[in-house]
Amino acid sequence: MADVTMTDATMKLSSEAASRPEGLRGIASDWSSDQRAFKSASWGKAMMWIFLLSDTFIFSCFLLSYMTVRTSTVVPWPNPSEVFSLKIGSTSFPLLLIAIMTFVLISSSGTMAMAVNFGYRHDRKTTARLMVLTAALGATFVGMQAFEWTKLIGEGVRPWGNPWGADQFGSTFFMITGFHGTHVSIGVIFLLWVARKVWRGDFDQGRRGFFTGRKGQYEIVEILGLYWHFVDLVWVFIFALFYLW
Amino acid sequence: MQAAVDVQGQQHPIKLYLIVWAWLFILSTCSYLIDYFHLEGYLRWSLILLFMILKAGLIVAVFMHMAWERLALAYAILVPPVLVLVFVGIMGLEAKYTFLTRSLFFGSGS
Repeated sequence: MADVTMTDATMKLSSEAASRPEGLRGIASDWSSDQRAFKSASWGKAMMWIFLLSDTFIFSCFLLSYMTVRTSTVVPWPNPSEVFSLKIGSTSFPLLLIAIMTFVLISSSGTMAMAVNFGYRHDRKTTARLMVLTAALGATFVGMQAFEWTKLIGEGVRPWGNPWGADQFGSTFFMITGFHGTHVSIGVIFLLWVARKVWRGDFDQGRRGFFTGRKGQYEIVEILGLYWHFVDLVWVFIFALFYLW
Repeated sequence: MQAAVDVQGQQHPIKLYLIVWAWLFILSTCSYLIDYFHLEGYLRWSLILLFMILKAGLIVAVFMHMAWERLALAYAILVPPVLVLVFVGIMGLEAKYTFLTRSLFFGSGS
């Protein structure tokens, strides 16, 4: 009996899926002539993917300019292992904070993936708890990044110079990690907002949302999950290219 | 009420996510060890890139479900970033040239 709303794409998918060609033929067939191109995704999911693609371009540009600036400067670049090491007692642990931050963000991606899975099972409580846990891990990450910023600013890192090497280190660092941290923060807010809707049973009761006035469905958890995994993905690149390189 | 009706919510066993999750931790540890063992030069760079691509691939394919989407969506999203690599190549050349001219004209020799 009328389960949660099935979108247009879903209806078509279940009845016509068998007849759709696969592979490269499928690409041509999906895209050709006057039709909705993305058969396996609702408009909400497709738009989130397209937004993430645009965000990929933005972060690519930042990382690209970081590469350009680092390659073209004749002044040696500060050594990330030394800059980002944490001193505990008398021992210096290179990149310790960054390793913990990576661990935290990957954990949050895992909890998000599980939240999506439980969301589709309509297990409200578990889904909401996992989403709040994901948000908590994300907030922890931002907190650690804020600590990192405070420490570096205290040590004299500015967008126009630093005590250890090429002047451009500070500006690229603050720009890239700042944009990433902002994305994480926005994700945390969205996670808490949607977790509240899930907890309250909005998607089961067809309750209309505050901002859009539309009834949502559990797919929103998956769409939010796409955003969150993207945030983790960007960190994978930042970690590899800025901190490790 | 059975949740299996949601065709869009392809139900994959939780085990798949846990396995991928474990691999992400392993690969992250490997990445960290590159620095811990002070690997240098081409070995360092190739390993950094390798682990980065593997982690990115796992996240996009499994966590973001791309492996189960139709190719029309997959290609629409994944091909453009490949083109960004062309941009990376161009800027790499540009940056090296800038470095060269800076060394020649502003270096201690001249």
